Amino acid sequence: MSGKPKFAMYWAASCGGCEIAVLNTNEKILDVDANFDVVFWPVAMDAKYKDVEAMEDGSILLTLFNGGIRTDENEHIAKLLRQKSKILVAFGSCANEGCVPGLANFSSIKDMVDTAYSTVSTDNPTGIRPVTAYDMPEGTIRLPALSPILKTLDQVVDVDYYMPGCPPESHQIAAVIDLVIQVLQGKAELPPKGSVIGAGNSTVCDECKRTRNVKTITSFKRIFGQELDPELCLLEQGIPCNGIATRSGCNARCPSAGAQCIGCYGPAEGVVDYGARLISAFASVIDAKEPDEIDHILDGIPDPAGQFYRFNLAGSLLRANKSAWEKEKA
Amino acid sequence: MTQYGGTNPKLALSESKGQERIGVYVCHCGTNIAGVVDVQDVAEWAAAQLEHRGVVIGRDYKFMCSSLGQELIEKDIKELELTRVVVAACSPHLHEATFRTACKNAGLNPYLCELVSIREQVSWVHTDKEMATAKAKAMVSGGVERVIRHVPLEPLRVPIHPDTMVVGGGIAGIQSALEIADAGYHVYLVEREPSIGGHMAQFDKTFPTLDCSACILTPKMVQVGTHPNITMLTWSEVEKVDGFVGNFTVTVRKKARKVIENLCTGCGICQEKCPKKVIDDVYEAGLGYRKAVYTPFPQAVPKYPVMDVENCTYFQKGTCKACEKFCPTNAIDFKQQDEILTLQVGNIVLATGYDLFDARRVTNYGYGRLPNVFTSLEFERLSNAAGPTNGNIVLRDGKTTPKAVGIVHCVGSRDRNFNNYCSVICCMQGLKFAHLVHERTGAIVYNFYIDMRTAYKAYDEFYQRVLDEGTLFVRGKVAEITDVPRRPDEDGHLIVQVEDTLAGKQRRIPVDMVILSTGLQPRYDAKETAKRFGLSCSSDGWFIEKHPKLDPISTMTEGIYIAGCVQGPKDIPSSVTQGAAAAARVLGKIQQKEIAIEPVRASVNQDQCSGCRICNTLCPYNAISFDEARAVSLVNAALCQGCGTCVAACPAGAISGTAFSNDQILSQIEGLLLLNVDEPVTA
Repeated sequence: MSGKPKFAMYWAASCGGCEIAVLNTNEKILDVDANFDVVFWPVAMDAKYKDVEAMEDGSILLTLFNGGIRTDENEHIAKLLRQKSKILVAFGSCANEGCVPGLANFSSIKDMVDTAYSTVSTDNPTGIRPVTAYDMPEGTIRLPALSPILKTLDQVVDVDYYMPGCPPESHQIAAVIDLVIQVLQGKAELPPKGSVIGAGNSTVCDECKRTRNVKTITSFKRIFGQELDPELCLLEQGIPCNGIATRSGCNARCPSAGAQCIGCYGPAEGVVDYGARLISAFASVIDAKEPDEIDHILDGIPDPAGQFYRFNLAGSLLRANKSAWEKEKA
Repeated sequence: MTQYGGTNPKLALSESKGQERIGVYVCHCGTNIAGVVDVQDVAEWAAAQLEHRGVVIGRDYKFMCSSLGQELIEKDIKELELTRVVVAACSPHLHEATFRTACKNAGLNPYLCELVSIREQVSWVHTDKEMATAKAKAMVSGGVERVIRHVPLEPLRVPIHPDTMVVGGGIAGIQSALEIADAGYHVYLVEREPSIGGHMAQFDKTFPTLDCSACILTPKMVQVGTHPNITMLTWSEVEKVDGFVGNFTVTVRKKARKVIENLCTGCGICQEKCPKKVIDDVYEAGLGYRKAVYTPFPQAVPKYPVMDVENCTYFQKGTCKACEKFCPTNAIDFKQQDEILTLQVGNIVLATGYDLFDARRVTNYGYGRLPNVFTSLEFERLSNAAGPTNGNIVLRDGKTTPKAVGIVHCVGSRDRNFNNYCSVICCMQGLKFAHLVHERTGAIVYNFYIDMRTAYKAYDEFYQRVLDEGTLFVRGKVAEITDVPRRPDEDGHLIVQVEDTLAGKQRRIPVDMVILSTGLQPRYDAKETAKRFGLSCSSDGWFIEKHPKLDPISTMTEGIYIAGCVQGPKDIPSSVTQGAAAAARVLGKIQQKEIAIEPVRASVNQDQCSGCRICNTLCPYNAISFDEARAVSLVNAALCQGCGTCVAACPAGAISGTAFSNDQILSQIEGLLLLNVDEPVTA
């Protein structure tokens, strides 16, 4: 083992996109190797949990933790890495606010598993369901048990920094790697604990080049098959763009490409409940007086949970539906 | 009075663990609160369970708002060195100012006081004592968490413009304008019709004294017209209101009369010569005609006519100009355009009145279908000596005098299909009609009523008089008015089908004429008017007063007052009283010269604002502007009333409200959920 500071990266309930984003930094990844001793990174190298358990507390300098906490295994590793790391970063939307896996907090485990194992897209003639323990002649084999709800990393352990994005933009990851290296070389200081890193302090609108006017919305529509003005604010054109409440940092990638912001960078600085903010903002600019007319306009948003809480349900004030929450508490 | 926090307050003082030193005061409000909430338990609980949050004293007292109650708080602030005060009593609307003043008197910044409404939100709405007490504790806990995060604020002081605008030239508005003008201050009186006078100018007699309406109204109208301190803007409408108490900027559209006011002498030759007759739907209620250039009635103030462009032959066909030809002073100006006036005023009185309930909506009463069914306003015109029939009460044919007349009360009022409220004036109006019919035609008169409501001075005596005159009263709601006879004696008559609840039977009463004592309803455009002036309407559409009993003429927008029927149905004396009361309030404000306005304001964090412009159209006080150059939205602190609309709408969380920060609200919620105490409160 070299004398270099130790680096770890872990994926809990996530898709793997965050790992790809790290690799997308291209040659920057070599800087990681040059400056750090990578001790634990399941997607990239072989290591056992017991190896981590054997490490001294606080011996890992930097851990990038992506994914939400959905199983007892996730929770165990989160606590373990917290114990072993000096700096624990909630990396990517899942670890920050639950992301798409967090939307399952609206359902019970049974409904979620039924959906996964019995819908038309699944060929499951015997109706098989996953179990946590199965007896084999060689002995009992086990799978981690699902918790009633998905939790964000900081709902389970203390988090030092938050790095949002689904996934975090590669240029932002590169900038953060640079920063940590500069800190190691004594050329920079770490931001205060609890800071959001690798993102801006404003909203996506701040980075969006589209023209903005006073807003009045008479209908919401999807982008497909629309003749859209390439220069004008998408929300003004009735496209439910979440940029107004979403943290900046992505260079307004989606709106620049003609698609609405779906909110992957999470709530802007100072926003407590992202979905509630958006709902009240959208409601404020609907230009209608009659209840029927308002209902008709709202029909343009067929999936409000997906629209407003796609990335942040688990981290919002709502967190989960009541029965799932009560199971979690019990 | 009971106090908690240890027998020795000095001891509690040293043991306080929070950073702030908080006093919690729980009011009994007589039995209003104490009858349902165990106030002693709440005070005791706060002192014990919230001690670690900084509560050093909990007290309960019979009337916290009394001078003794206030002195109690003041004494504690000084002796216990309190830095925060929580008063659990009534709604902040009632006594927030009282307790803030008490804090101020004791040297504490008044905004470090938090009122928790355990009367309106707890004792008045719950019956289960244990549950109510638990809820009161939770609310006190929320108040404590919130008050910890309060910051000292200073009120803003602004000068008051001495001019006033009165909107609506009916009797309430006239009274208001005259009172203010007589006191020596300038008034703009804005009226959208060609003349001031309002509904009262249409009436023949007024109940219960049977004074001639015009005889008592027109002197006041003339007074307004000639008053040196009143600028009358008739045929004008308010388009926009900017600003705030003391400093309103009002945009008024002065519609083109097509008559040059300083040339017109009001001689009336233009009206005489105008060849175009138009049915007068407004003043004559559709029963008479006016010309295309007209003054609505002979005593109109101002005397200048207006031209009805939509019906004028010249404007429609390009030829005629008879009025111009005959005008002796060349006062007709076909090219005259609307004028937009921008006026600065300090206070505004809204007296925009009411509309008559549209009797067509009660289809079973046949108005609009059965010719001899009349509305109350039509009858007023029929019985008016200056009206279309010169005061002869006749059927729709214009000549037949009725031999039997039915007067139906509560048309459109006290009816769940239309308006639930009582229109106040209809009973007396119906009695007045009965008297007039009796006096002028000798016909048999039936009054169909649900309940006879003759409150107020000399009203019931008038009822007795009409009873003595021989009017027949049938107690019951009229089911139907029809012209389809069932018996020979019903032929050619209108038949009133009614359940006579006193006789206990169904009756069919043939009459020649039916008068519907139609109720009052809010102006058709009341909601838009409310929005323009930043006020709210009740679900019925009447403007909401600041307090239904104690402040019926103020509104939640400082500097804007309401008078007359705009606030709810009322009779002439009440309208006059309110007009005068509003004037007194305006004069009081003017004489203060400057006023302190609440420092609860929204502000934009310009670093966080990305200029999305969501908030730009939302502000009911027009306090938000957009800085194009920096692409950020701005809140004008002087215009802002602290309503919080933009704070809630800002998707970026860039706007925050003083005294309503996220931190304060979320902490209050955590307090309500008792996340700040170890032991849960059990009901």
